[in-house]
Amino acid sequence: MPPERASVPIYRRLAGMTPQMVLVPTILASVIYVVLFSLWTIWISLSQSTLLPDMTYSGFDAYFTLWQSKRWTVAFTNLFVFGTLYVLGALAMGTLLAILIDQRVRFEAFWRTIFLYPLAVSFIVTGTVWRWIFHPQTGVELALKDLGWIGAKFDWISDRDMALYVVVFTAIWHASGFAMALILAGLRSVDSDLIKAAQIDGASMPRIYRRVVLPTIWPIFVAVAVVLLQFAIKTYDLVVALTQGGPGVATTVPAIVVYDLMFQRGQIAEGAAAAVMILLGLVCVLIPYGLWSSWRQRKEGGKHG
Amino acid sequence: MADMTQRTEFDPLATGGKGRQRRARLTVYGLLGLFAAIYLMPAVIIFLNTLRPLEEIVRQGFISWPGSMSLHHWSEAWSSFCIGGTCEGVSRYFTNSLLMAVPATALSTALGLVNGYVLSKWRFRGDAWVFGVITLGVFLPAQMTLLPWAFVLGKLGLSNTISGLVLVHTVQGVSFTTLFCRNYFLNVPDDLIKAARIDGAGFWRIFRRIILPLSPPILIVTVIWQFTGIWNEFLFGTVFTSGANQPITSAIVAFSGSGTGERHYNVEAASVIMAALPPLFIYLVGGKYFVRGLTQGAVK
Repeated sequence: MPPERASVPIYRRLAGMTPQMVLVPTILASVIYVVLFSLWTIWISLSQSTLLPDMTYSGFDAYFTLWQSKRWTVAFTNLFVFGTLYVLGALAMGTLLAILIDQRVRFEAFWRTIFLYPLAVSFIVTGTVWRWIFHPQTGVELALKDLGWIGAKFDWISDRDMALYVVVFTAIWHASGFAMALILAGLRSVDSDLIKAAQIDGASMPRIYRRVVLPTIWPIFVAVAVVLLQFAIKTYDLVVALTQGGPGVATTVPAIVVYDLMFQRGQIAEGAAAAVMILLGLVCVLIPYGLWSSWRQRKEGGKHG
Repeated sequence: MADMTQRTEFDPLATGGKGRQRRARLTVYGLLGLFAAIYLMPAVIIFLNTLRPLEEIVRQGFISWPGSMSLHHWSEAWSSFCIGGTCEGVSRYFTNSLLMAVPATALSTALGLVNGYVLSKWRFRGDAWVFGVITLGVFLPAQMTLLPWAFVLGKLGLSNTISGLVLVHTVQGVSFTTLFCRNYFLNVPDDLIKAARIDGAGFWRIFRRIILPLSPPILIVTVIWQFTGIWNEFLFGTVFTSGANQPITSAIVAFSGSGTGERHYNVEAASVIMAALPPLFIYLVGGKYFVRGLTQGAVK
């Protein structure tokens, strides 16, 4: 310790600590929120809690019960089907829109604004509006009947086998503008010499996109897919507003099961176990992605990330 | 990087023969028009239905041109529509959402600004860890925090209050805002800060004189992102509040989800539009920044 250190008055030394002091509230809040809350929920999932917390340790009982319940396995399968179709659909739609806009169209900002506005609208509003449109008593089916087609039938939303695809469609409507925005930014970052060279070689536009442009921006597709997968795993509001998980359990997703177990059925431990499973799902997506992107950055000699 | 500058060197629609050019242009604009119609359709349908008489909607459904129009469903939706037993219209829940989103946005943005400044310009030992824990909050699913929050809010006497929601959203939002601001301030040259320190400027002085004047772009992005996210949030609102204290998203589910009683589709449609308007307005005004927030929030 240098001797002059001791003679520095206490307020001076505290003033030197200002940066760290400023962070204290956030650090406290974040540690409580991220670490403590997570451990707390994990602990509840290992306890005997039902309607009220009962912290007697009971091992993985809640997890066994959860995985044996039909509701959860259906929700889990639904998430796989929904997640896959949603991510692929939004990517395909986003790519198509981005390529269309990339053709030096007039009023580009106008088109972009139209395709991106669903993202500013909440899932609740989106779900409510599309439910009206899809519902046989208010939407497309009634309109067709009103036009004179008496036998018209369009009841996917109340059909056990089709309702999930209604959710997929609506979710793609909501998210494809987002995919478009990111992919368009990617398309614009492609070196135009590359495209010119391909053009001189006589390649047609669709071919240039397929063979030259899209392959060079594939990391963007991975990034968008990861974000969309995250959305998919967390999906809750949209399903609540659109189908409430029904008909029956046809469109139930894990986040709905968590809410029901915790706040409707009074099975806190099982609900917590389901929440932990959602966390694990996210971890399975994010950790490989994080490792992969930091590996890529190191390979390319990037400085921070 | 998110600024979408036009590529000027090259115009794909101006290649090939005349006929091919015309066909290509037709395809592109045709498809764009078709998709634009699909994207806009729900908004148009819902808006038209706020003007139609109820019996017409019940008879013909939502997808039909209005026979007669009237604006009074809007005033009914705003001030006298009955939701969950209280007949004060959407205005009450709209106010709740404002009282929740505005303070939570302001608090989380202010904290994020200062945090980002410290974590990018006042490096200390272990700062990477601190940053790591804070940003983990971005990814933590809300379901993991529901039970602890319920307990904590109960202990603080904030159950079923808007202040409780402000607290929840601020704590959750700080993760986002810190991440945004820190990444933005990394681009501010360190030499600028160093020079100011040599001139004797302290922590807050540098913040006021150098960082704040450079902040407006990231401030706008953060405010838009936070406000939209908090306004549109549903799960916390439903779990931690009930009845007259709910934010507008929960109120919409409360009236449109309940299958009982007579439906007032036109008034409901107007309410739904009211719930969507604030974020939509922000999106239309600050679209450029909205997209910038997306790219930053998503890819980083």
